[in-house]
Amino acid sequence: MAESPTSGPLNVIREGDCAVLKRDEVFKAVSVLKRRKIIFEKQWFYLDNAIGHIYGTTFEVTSGGSLQPKKRVEEATAETKEAGTDNRNIVDDGKSQKLTHDDIKALKDKGIKGQEIVQQLIENSATFRDKTEFAQDKYIKKKKKKYEAVITIIKPSTRILSTMYYAREPGKINHLRYDTLAQMLTWGNVHAGNKMIIMETCAGLVLGAAMERMGGYGSIIQMYPGGGVVRAATNCFGFPESFFQKLYEFPLSKVGSLLSGTFSFEASSSETEGSTPLADEDDRSLDEKQLSVQEADTECGTEIPMESCQPEEQEMADLPSDGEALGNDKTKTTVRMHDKQRKQEERRKKLTEAAALLKDKDADGLIVASRFHPAPLLLSLLEFVAPSRPFVVYCQYKEPLLECYTKLREKGGVVNLKLSETWLRNYQILPDRSHPKLTMSGGGGYLLTGITVINENLKTDDCSEQKTEEPASKKRKLQDP
Amino acid sequence: MSFIEYSETIKEGDTAIVFLGHESMFPVKVQQGGKTQTKYGVIRHSTDLIGKQYGSKVTCSKGGWVYILHPTPELWTVNLPHRTQILYSTDISLITMMLELKPGCVVCESGTGSGSLSHAIIRTISPTGHLYTVEFHQQRAEKAIEEFREHRVDHLVTVKNQDVCKTGFGVTGVADAVFLDIPSPWEAIGHAKSALKREGGRICSFSPCIEQVQRTCLALEEHDFTEINTLEILLRVYNVRTISLQIPDLGKAAGDNSSADLDAGSQSNQDASCTNLHQGAVQFKSGVPLREMVAHTGYLTFATKCLF
Repeated sequence: MAESPTSGPLNVIREGDCAVLKRDEVFKAVSVLKRRKIIFEKQWFYLDNAIGHIYGTTFEVTSGGSLQPKKRVEEATAETKEAGTDNRNIVDDGKSQKLTHDDIKALKDKGIKGQEIVQQLIENSATFRDKTEFAQDKYIKKKKKKYEAVITIIKPSTRILSTMYYAREPGKINHLRYDTLAQMLTWGNVHAGNKMIIMETCAGLVLGAAMERMGGYGSIIQMYPGGGVVRAATNCFGFPESFFQKLYEFPLSKVGSLLSGTFSFEASSSETEGSTPLADEDDRSLDEKQLSVQEADTECGTEIPMESCQPEEQEMADLPSDGEALGNDKTKTTVRMHDKQRKQEERRKKLTEAAALLKDKDADGLIVASRFHPAPLLLSLLEFVAPSRPFVVYCQYKEPLLECYTKLREKGGVVNLKLSETWLRNYQILPDRSHPKLTMSGGGGYLLTGITVINENLKTDDCSEQKTEEPASKKRKLQDP
Repeated sequence: MSFIEYSETIKEGDTAIVFLGHESMFPVKVQQGGKTQTKYGVIRHSTDLIGKQYGSKVTCSKGGWVYILHPTPELWTVNLPHRTQILYSTDISLITMMLELKPGCVVCESGTGSGSLSHAIIRTISPTGHLYTVEFHQQRAEKAIEEFREHRVDHLVTVKNQDVCKTGFGVTGVADAVFLDIPSPWEAIGHAKSALKREGGRICSFSPCIEQVQRTCLALEEHDFTEINTLEILLRVYNVRTISLQIPDLGKAAGDNSSADLDAGSQSNQDASCTNLHQGAVQFKSGVPLREMVAHTGYLTFATKCLF
C-alpha cells in the first residue's frame, strides 16, 4: 500500500493537540491537555487516556471520568422479535415503563454500562412488544442516545468547525452557515499559491477555512478592525506553525492612507504613540468593551479552546499598546524592554510587508464576511485586487448587498455580479421511511460574487454611466403597472 | 495560464474565457493567427489577445467589446462542452468542503463525465495531491485526458477507462476521499472502501433519485461507514432591480396632508434603499427571485470510513 509515511504518526492524539469531541451531531473543540476536566453534553471526563490513541476512536466515559476505547460490538439486532402492526393498542398512561427514575439511577451508580441499561429498559417496558418494528428502532435509538456515554475524538477541519460554530455560537460568526462558507471558498477560487485578502469578523473561521484550503502555500492578508485580529476559531484548526509565516495582518484604519499613498509605518506608529493618545485610548477601550461583550456570551462550546488560546490572543490584542506602555512605564526590566522591542520590531516588519503586499494591487482574490456594512469595505479593498480575479462578499442581510451591487455597477471594474443564497435540507434515509428532516435552517446568509476586470472608466476619468444598471427593457416592464 | 495558477498575461495555447456580458461567455483556445467570431465581430488572437492582460477589454471588429477572463474551474463549469449531465458549483462547493479536500489530498472519482467536478477537485488538492478518476465510456475518458493536458493539470490526475463497479479505482489504501456519481453507487461502495486509506477517509455519493440513495445508505452501513448523512443544496439567485410602486390615491380629507407625510418619511429613509418619491410612486431596490429556478440536482450522501 502506498500510504504516505507521515500519515501514521500524524493521526495519533497527542498532548497539546487541537481536537474536536463528537457525540452524535454535537461537537466541541478542545485542547488535549492532561489532568484537565472537560464537561461535554452533561458528562465530565479527562482526556488523559485518549493520548496515544488514533483520531476517530470512540471512547466510553467510565466512572471517575476516565475514557476507555470502545470496541465496535455487533449488536444482537439480527434476531427477529415480536412487533405490533400499528399503535391502536398503545395508550400513553405513563405506566408502561416499570423501572423508576431511582431504579435507573441505582443501575448507573452500580456502574452498569449504558448498553445494559437500555436492554433493561426494553425488558421492563410493557408496550415495547406491541410497538411496530419501526417504532422499536426509534425507541432503542432514543434510549441509547440518553444512556450510552460515548464520545468520539476527531481532528478539526473546516467541515467540523463551521458546523460546530453554526450550531453552538452562530452569533460569533454572523450566522454564516457552513454551506454558505463552502460557496465562498469555491467562488473565491481559494487554493494553494493564492495571494488572498480576507476581511472577516467571524472569529477567524473564514480565515481558518482559507488557510486550510491553501495548505501553507501562498499568502493571506487579514484586514482587521479595531485593536487587533481575532483568531479564536483559527486557532482551533491546529495548523502547523509554518502556516502562519505567510499570514499578514493590516489594520482597516490604515486602508485610506495606503490607498491615497500617504501611508508610512513611521507615521502610523507615531500616531499611536504620541500625537493622539487620548483618541486612541478611547478607541481601544471601546474595542475591548466590545470584545468582552462577545466573550461574555461564550457558551461552553468553544470555551476551552478560547481559554487555551488566550495567551496568544491577548498578546495580539495588547500589541498596539506596547508602544505606550514602553514610554510610560520605566520600571520594567531591561530584559522585558528588550523582548518588547524585538516584538515591536517584528510587528513593524510584518506590517510593512503587509502594506507592500497590498500596494502591489495584485491580490488573487478578496473575501469579505463581517458585521460591518460591506459596501465601503468592498469598494476600497477591491482596489488591491488584480484584474480577472474573483471576489465574494457575505452578509447576513440582503439589503446591504443590493447596495454593493448598485455601487459596483456605477463604479465599473467588475463583471458577472451575482447575488444569491443557498438552501440546505437534511434527509432521514431509512428503508421505506425516507423524507426530509422535520426542521431546516431558515437562512444561511447572502453572497455577492463577481470577477474584477480592468476598469477603463477610471483610466479615462470618465465616470459617466456607460452601462445602464440593468436591462432597459426589463426595467420598463417592472415599472409599468 | 493553468487552471491551478493565475498568470498575468494571455499566452499562446491558453484557454481563455470570452465574456460578452450577462452570463454570456464561451471558452477560446488562444492560437497565433487564430480568429474567433462573436456577435460583436471578429477577435484576432495575435493582435487582440496574445500579450494582453487577463481582465482586459477587447474591442471586436464591429466595434462591440468583450472582456477576456482567466479560466477558473467555476468558469469552466459554465463553459465546458457537455458530454454528460454535469455537477454545478453549488453542489461542488458542498462536496469539496464535506469531503474535507485540501492541498495534498488523494481523491478517487467516478465517473469523470465532462470533468466539471474533476477540475474543481484538482484545483483544491494541488500542488501535492492527486486525483484518480475512472470513466467507463472510452471517448469521454480520452476527451478528459486531452482537456487536462490543455489546462496544464495533467500531472495531478490519472484517468482510467474502466467500470468502477466491476474493477474499482485501481488503487488501494491511498485515498483521503472518494466521490461517486454513477447509476448504481451501492455496487461500488466496497471498491470505494478499499481505495480509502486504512485509517479512514470520507465518501460522497451523488444520486438524483431517493431510491438510489436508500440502497446506497444500506450498502454504506453494511460496509461499516459511519456519520452517514444525506442532504440537498439549492441555489437561489436574486436579480437586483429597481422597482417602482404607485401610491394609491385614497382621496384627501380636508386639511389632511398624508402624501406629504409619506414623502418626508421616505426622504429620511433615502439611504436605506434609495427610496424616491416622484409623482405618486415609490422606488426601491429589491432582490427579485427568478421566475423559475433549479429545484433538484441530486441528493448528496456523505459518510466516514471508520477506523475499526
